[in-house]
Amino acid sequence: MTQVRVLAGTRKGAFVLTSDEKREKWAVSGPHFGGWEIYHLKGSPADPNRIYASQNTGWFGQVVQRSDDGGLTWEPVGNDFTYAGGDPGTHLWYDGTPKPWEFKRIWHLEPSKTDPDTVYAGAEDAALFKSTDGGVSWTELTGLRTHPTGPSWQPGAGGLCPHTIILQEPRIYVAISAAGTLRSDDGGETWRVINRGLLSDGIPDPDAEAGHCVHHVEAHPTKPDTLFMQKHWDVMRSDDAGENWTEISGNLPSDFGFPIGVHPHEEETLYVVPITSDSLHYPPDGALQVWRSRAGGNEWEPLTNGLPQRDCYVNVYRDAMSIDTLDDAGIYFGTTGGQVYCSADSGDSWAPIVRDLPAVLSVEVQVLP
Amino acid sequence: MTEIRVVLPAHLRTLARVHGEVLVSVPEADITQRAVLDALESAFPVLGGTIRDRQTGKRRAFVRFYACEQDLSNEPPDAPLPLPVAAALAARTEPFLVVGAMAGG
Repeated sequence: MTQVRVLAGTRKGAFVLTSDEKREKWAVSGPHFGGWEIYHLKGSPADPNRIYASQNTGWFGQVVQRSDDGGLTWEPVGNDFTYAGGDPGTHLWYDGTPKPWEFKRIWHLEPSKTDPDTVYAGAEDAALFKSTDGGVSWTELTGLRTHPTGPSWQPGAGGLCPHTIILQEPRIYVAISAAGTLRSDDGGETWRVINRGLLSDGIPDPDAEAGHCVHHVEAHPTKPDTLFMQKHWDVMRSDDAGENWTEISGNLPSDFGFPIGVHPHEEETLYVVPITSDSLHYPPDGALQVWRSRAGGNEWEPLTNGLPQRDCYVNVYRDAMSIDTLDDAGIYFGTTGGQVYCSADSGDSWAPIVRDLPAVLSVEVQVLP
Repeated sequence: MTEIRVVLPAHLRTLARVHGEVLVSVPEADITQRAVLDALESAFPVLGGTIRDRQTGKRRAFVRFYACEQDLSNEPPDAPLPLPVAAALAARTEPFLVVGAMAGG
């Protein structure tokens, strides 16, 4: 029987939520690594029972955990994320002074589509690491951090974080707050900034080559050159692998937000969660709404059935939305209020899987045969 | 070599999969903060990077080291521990405490 497994990373541990393909009744397992911040968990497409988790606290730093049995048991693997080269150089600090690159945490883990032992990690300060031994050892792909624009990258409020890693090997996309989006066509050796068309009022030159606060990027699995982006402000799309971007915010009540999702079977169906503004990190009018476009953007409709429409002041973080691949696609997102919502009908109706977890940092879903 | 009792904070005991205190061996003539921590990380490699920063080797900001009711956190890592402390550790009458600092929630 088909099983659906949702991996939720929270401020105080990881939770594994499982259901059958109806996605009505759920079992909750956790907290795993209670008390630790779990920025991200993700399963290997090549072996869904292989799951990687990024575990961190301000006290004891970074740990990477690996499960080989679908999250039942875990093994700590490697946490040595040493930046390559003796002198790591600098990026810009908040006060405009140069600051040496320094490892802080792993924001995102992206397992290879074909090899369970290969996994990429996005590290704050903005660096990309790769492991080919199941997370035991990590090697920095230095071309990203040493890009000529790197010294001008400045952290967003959350840090200088590479939060998006899209693998279309040998092509890789990475998005960094607040540098923008970069693309490698050679497996991560060399990188190009791909921000043409982005306009950001919060930086001195609104159409600068780099410095944009990109919040999340998604690609459709069967249309890999089409990318969708939720930026600090503005929802954007590119149909040429990021060479050019156009705004598709259209009739959204706010084009500020964090996650963006793409329907697995409908190339032009998108999902965003509008947030009031960069200083008001909650939904407009206290009404939690997912907005769906079936036209590839510009024309959006609110999805409200089952979501709180008053007195709701939660946020939805950039990695906290995921979409399953069942015929009737399931949409999932987690909130800073500890709810994980599921729609088993492509967004028409919603129900909470859990209501009272710690603040949810990330949500990933797996469909198991 | 002499054995030293080390008390870990709960999160690190979970990570190292130990209960209660652990014993580590250090050279009898070289009871320093670094010797204790090197021995600890050698016995439990999973603790690498969780007490000391991997890049700088320095104590992580929110970790403290105590023994005999003394705060040893800011002592030079290669300096011999104060004689009464070293004697109490070597005699195993007192443990070396690795503590998560009081900070935040």
